[in-house]
Amino acid sequence: MDIYREIILEHYKHPHNFGHISHPNGSHTLYNSACGDKITMEIAIGKNGCVSDVRFSGEGCAISQASASMLTDLVLGKTKEEIMKLTSEDVFSLLQTELTASRVKCALLPLEVLQKAVQSTV
Amino acid sequence: MDVQKIQKDFPVLKRQINGKPIIYLDSTATSLKPGAVIEAINGYYNFYTANVFRGIYTMSEEATAAYEGARAKVASFIHASPSEIIFTKNASESLNLLAYTVIPMVVKKNDTVVTTIMEHHSNFVPWQQLVPKYGGKMRVWDITKDFVLDEKKLSSLVDSTTKIVTLTAVSNVLGTIVPVKKLTAQIKKIAPQCLVFVDGAQAVPHMPVDVMDLGVDALAFSGHKMLGPTGIGVLWVKKQILETMPPFLFGGDMISEVHVEETKFNALPHKFEAGTPYIEGAIGLGAAVSYLEHIGMDAVRNHEKELVMYALGKLSSMSGVTIYGPPDPEIHGGVIAFRLDGIHPHDVAQVLDEENICIRVGYHCAMPLHEALGVGATCRASFYVYNTKSDVDALILGIKKVQKLFG
Repeated sequence: MDIYREIILEHYKHPHNFGHISHPNGSHTLYNSACGDKITMEIAIGKNGCVSDVRFSGEGCAISQASASMLTDLVLGKTKEEIMKLTSEDVFSLLQTELTASRVKCALLPLEVLQKAVQSTV
Repeated sequence: MDVQKIQKDFPVLKRQINGKPIIYLDSTATSLKPGAVIEAINGYYNFYTANVFRGIYTMSEEATAAYEGARAKVASFIHASPSEIIFTKNASESLNLLAYTVIPMVVKKNDTVVTTIMEHHSNFVPWQQLVPKYGGKMRVWDITKDFVLDEKKLSSLVDSTTKIVTLTAVSNVLGTIVPVKKLTAQIKKIAPQCLVFVDGAQAVPHMPVDVMDLGVDALAFSGHKMLGPTGIGVLWVKKQILETMPPFLFGGDMISEVHVEETKFNALPHKFEAGTPYIEGAIGLGAAVSYLEHIGMDAVRNHEKELVMYALGKLSSMSGVTIYGPPDPEIHGGVIAFRLDGIHPHDVAQVLDEENICIRVGYHCAMPLHEALGVGATCRASFYVYNTKSDVDALILGIKKVQKLFG
């Protein structure tokens, strides 16, 4: 199974930054109704304008959960502008795996939720 | 029933992907097509391509005869009259036709329409959206923990305000076979004016269905789930009701006279088939019906019952597998929904695909049911005439592989 590289399975079984923030500055939830994924992202912005904490929760497949886990690692300490500039290519290079068309949606859902969570911060 | 011989009738089963055969366990989504159906469609393209009705030449008369012949075959298949058979695009369109034409006729302020929690979206959303527009209210029939309709609830769901009960004959997720005949009798006893509509998309392809015997008022189903092509569906409505229904779509063929000031509509069933129909689709469906009748619908049902019994036995003895559906094969159609502990269904399907095992995962167009079950998504394996116990064995092996990978 090339798609399930060891690192993807590792992030799926032991996701980083999974859970909730008590007082997030922004949050958002999206569903992928085709396969039954649900992802919530919560984000806290520090005094320096950078991400001080980011957490995700919900249910999803290995690809979407690993993508969320890796993505939250990546954006810790980044500014909102830097997060809004992230593209699908950035997610693919984190996952480094062959994705069929139906799995691309799973991989990209966390980024979409994260950027909506960033937009919801005030 | 000679499954090995049947498998030879399905050209796609000769295909190999990455040197391995295809284990097709997704007939609930769409069935494979036998050569006889493909040839029937090709026959229309190769020998008598012409529009139906009013063509005063040989090919058009042949096309009309083939199209109407298909209608007669479908009618006889469900013990109906050809004039009650409307060709549509699919079961969804059939149910929309019903909802759009019948709700304005019968639903008044504070009337109720009953559907069930285990409906496919196509028999849920049209009612949910349209009934309130006419002042009516929806009531949703729950299931028990045994995955069957809670029959004790019937007397509180159906009363003198109830104008329509619309329900599936077989759940496309749980596989539950609904006792439609018995329930219809009970419903009509409480509310004699109440119409009973049936989503037969998962019943007509898999078991004998006799609309006269069921005592229902309408039945919708799709051609592509019963060995026919996609794009052709059927709506049967009892003649006394069909005669009172206004047209759904206007246009060619559905009229008998058009004047600047007024239009008179065509006779049944043509009043409900505006425009050039899907001629080759109907002809393909007719060939599919002939193919199924040749096997015999009792044999089809018995074959699937055997496979379900075998698969339920195997799956329920595995650890980490949860089955969503009745354990009794007598009331369980050829579809099994399940989840593997700690493994998302999407990942299950992806790993099974490595072995060319085709299952479906997600909500299966039944989100209200999944919410009621309290689960995100499920895996679904389904069987038809070309499946064997060795397909079930392959599925079980595949599941063990998935569990090992994610264990």
